[in-house]
Amino acid sequence: MAAIVVALVLAGPAAACPSLPDLEGKFICPTCKTTLDQSDAPAARQIKAYLAQRVAACASEAQIRDELVAQFGTQVLAAPPRKGFHWLAWLLPLIGLLVAAVVVSLLVWRWSHARPTEVEADSNGRAPLDPELERRLDRELTRFDG
Amino acid sequence: MAGRLKLAAQVAALALVTGLFALLVWKVATQGDNAANELGQGKNPRAPQFHLDRLDGPGKVSLAAYRGKPVILNFWASWCIPCKEEAPLLESVWRRYRERGLVVLGVDIQDVRGDARRFARRNKMSYPLAYDGPGNTVSHYGVTGVPETFFVGRNGKLVCERLQAGVHLEENRDRFAACVQEVLEA
Repeated sequence: MAAIVVALVLAGPAAACPSLPDLEGKFICPTCKTTLDQSDAPAARQIKAYLAQRVAACASEAQIRDELVAQFGTQVLAAPPRKGFHWLAWLLPLIGLLVAAVVVSLLVWRWSHARPTEVEADSNGRAPLDPELERRLDRELTRFDG
Repeated sequence: MAGRLKLAAQVAALALVTGLFALLVWKVATQGDNAANELGQGKNPRAPQFHLDRLDGPGKVSLAAYRGKPVILNFWASWCIPCKEEAPLLESVWRRYRERGLVVLGVDIQDVRGDARRFARRNKMSYPLAYDGPGNTVSHYGVTGVPETFFVGRNGKLVCERLQAGVHLEENRDRFAACVQEVLEA
């Protein structure tokens, strides 16, 4: 009895048949270019019927995918396959995000480490006036005082 | 050094934007570049070549193999109801004129292969059939739906006009007959 239980555990769970609604979201209608679950076009209805037939026969998802790709090409897949040139579609957004993060980090670092300006602020945090302007201001104030 | 780096980054950004813009212009400019559009402008473009699996048996079918013969090129699919309705007329034209060298070549597009084979058997389509599941020929010919019919002269150029919808329909019947005569004589 124990041996049977161990054998069943080692064998792992039996592969479940794929679900039809799940599959319909993974393939594209060749004429309307939306996923099958969003399309009622004749071509989509035909592929849905094909999927229903294959699900009833309990074909695996990989098997169904291969059969559809053999007939319609990789454009029938809602997500590009993770192989060869198609990897670009998965990697480019990540590379873009990475580059953007590096650029933003560099800019933030640069701004936060910017050298102080040559004109020092006074104790109130205001920059000193131009000497000529200061002299002119003094003259004007003197005139008012006088 | 920092100035050079900044300049290089600006040049790279400018090159990228220019490249993307050029790509957009090219795509827009070549979008309507297909056989149906040229035919509609009164030209006789060379029929785009294809090399496809046979639907009605093993092996391949290519348009080039029919060079020197007039060809009626009919795009169809098994999920298309008018395709079923026009099939008997295409079959009868094929039987009637094949002695004169006429070939009716059906190209099944965007279709499940098994369904297409059943459709061909049920509708007794005995003319050569090619299978183009991914629909690669669609954009080259400018096919906008099924059925659609083109006429290829002996010299490999498209003649007459592109017939959209079933050739059996009243609005297409006379034009179809005229195009059959034109392609036979071309």
